Amino acid sequence: MDGNQILTAGLFLGVVALTIGITIWASRQTSGAADYYAGGRGFSGFQNGLAIGGDYMSAASFLGISGAIALYGYDGFLYSIGFLVAWLVALLLVAEVLRNSGRYTMADQLAYRMKQRPVRTAAAVSTVAVSIFYLLAQMVGAGALVALLLGVESGAVKNLTIFVVGALMIFYVTVGGMKGTTWVQIVKAVLLMTGSALIVILVLNEFGFNLSDLLGAAADNSGKGQPFLEPGLKYGATLTSKIDFISLAIALVLGTAGLPHILIRFYTTPTSRDARKSVLWAIGLIGTFYLFTLVLGFGAAALIKPEDFDPAGNLAAPKLAEVVGGGVGSTGGAILLALIAAVAFATILAVVAGLTLTSSMSVAHDVWNPVFKEGKATEAQEMKVSRIAAGCIGLVAILLAIPAQSLNIAFLVALAFAVAASANLPAILYNMFWKGFNTRGAVWSIYGGLITAVGLVIFSPVFSGAETSLFPEQDFAWFPLANPGIVSIPMGFLLGFIGSITSKEPEAAEKYTELEVRALTGAGAEGAVQH
Amino acid sequence: MAQSHDHAERHDPIYDQLAAKPEFDRLRHLYRRFIIPATIAFISWYALYVLMSMFAPGFMNHVLFGNINVALVFGLLQFVTTFGIAYLYSQYSNKHLDPLARQLNDEYDAYRASNGGN
Repeated sequence: MDGNQILTAGLFLGVVALTIGITIWASRQTSGAADYYAGGRGFSGFQNGLAIGGDYMSAASFLGISGAIALYGYDGFLYSIGFLVAWLVALLLVAEVLRNSGRYTMADQLAYRMKQRPVRTAAAVSTVAVSIFYLLAQMVGAGALVALLLGVESGAVKNLTIFVVGALMIFYVTVGGMKGTTWVQIVKAVLLMTGSALIVILVLNEFGFNLSDLLGAAADNSGKGQPFLEPGLKYGATLTSKIDFISLAIALVLGTAGLPHILIRFYTTPTSRDARKSVLWAIGLIGTFYLFTLVLGFGAAALIKPEDFDPAGNLAAPKLAEVVGGGVGSTGGAILLALIAAVAFATILAVVAGLTLTSSMSVAHDVWNPVFKEGKATEAQEMKVSRIAAGCIGLVAILLAIPAQSLNIAFLVALAFAVAASANLPAILYNMFWKGFNTRGAVWSIYGGLITAVGLVIFSPVFSGAETSLFPEQDFAWFPLANPGIVSIPMGFLLGFIGSITSKEPEAAEKYTELEVRALTGAGAEGAVQH
Repeated sequence: MAQSHDHAERHDPIYDQLAAKPEFDRLRHLYRRFIIPATIAFISWYALYVLMSMFAPGFMNHVLFGNINVALVFGLLQFVTTFGIAYLYSQYSNKHLDPLARQLNDEYDAYRASNGGN
């Protein structure tokens, strides 16, 4: 190891030590289920807004979008717009309603007026599925990041990193619960925003704070000229690729408000008004961050030779930091590279913790207790099962992430969004806005959306029939698009509708009034924990 | 937590009483009056952006000045409208929705207090 690698390793260990310290501190403040699952519902709108940002701005956003812009120019920017506009769905239609009518998980809101067991089980299955896809993306990204920073293309280093990330996330969740996880996310959001702002200022400084000059330099240096600044470089080739992009755009804009690890963050505030404020903060934060990635991506394209990028572009942001810090081999460059890499690592840790927490809670609260214990287990028992589930999910994620390293990170995240939009969002919206929605409708829309989304991907070029497929030797692809959303999201809505109109459930309609009053007024909503 | 595996326990009549109040009708009306047009507006605006990006290169690639083209400005306008709608909703809720919601919630709390439940 040379001096720079020691510096990098030191900053990584610093991030790990900081997060472990936060987790241990938070564990001393955690006494009951509302603390463990919902952070005592005591986070202010601003704090939760930061934590939402920390939960949402994943490695796919930071490394993936800046890398996509660096490689494909304008088309990388299209992602960030979908990721941002999506927050209006969460703000207007979901956040406050969910905060007022639920308790700990996404299923709480759905099960409010439905038969508990089938609806909770379906919601838990889709929660775990979405979370696992998302987890795999983060863990694969962590492995690639560390291996490339150490300059070794070794499978053992990647596997070891995946194992360490997995072990850390199990630790954060089982020890710190929601409180620890939230504080890890808050610290990460501050680190990420500060680190990116610093690089953005240094990049803009190179171009005299003239965006037009920066774009011109990016177009020239990329070797692609003006088309680099225009839509279509990545998606504009054929009609199929254009429809594929539209399919992706629909999933991005509708997926966010169905991501379980985002939904449960709304429960951590004292009232629905604080939940609304937290979404407003999150929109400001996330929007600013995506404007940063625009500068980072075009900055990398302008200042780094195209042949120096890794094939997926995932290291564009750290490499850019090295260049603007003084160049390859300089001390300033080494410090900034190490800093940004450590920030990216913190980003990954905060997101995987949120995902593990969400899925383990759902297993304990929505499946184990209602289905296997008939709802008779105490909350203390439920928490214990939740901790065990966090360990199991962490192990499963580690075991799946090792073979999943050949999959593209952005694809895994897009799949998580597509499943969330197809399986979760129709049920959440119907439940709130349609009196006639019932148990069969909920179950059909969740399983139907999930199976359609995953099934179409299996029969798409992602799996077989193309050189870049998972199984390039075989060809069982008949669905032409890599993104299933354009079919699977309408399917989720359609099945929810058909399921509801073909079954009678007066109890579900009767409790709709109660749900609506509670959702809009907050009457009877869960309050904050008094310590 | 007492939770039967069938439907949750029979609901409380207070919710029907609150739902029957004109204030609740008004709250629901005011909530929907904002969110329905706002949702239609931002979804259409985003859809227009996505479709133009894929199918209207002549318009999107038009250079406005320097290296700034219509596509970039259109993309940045999506940020502006997102921030704008979020801000307007926050103002609207504070002014029109929160007072009604608070009033109904207070009635609920008063009912709970006088009926000894929690």
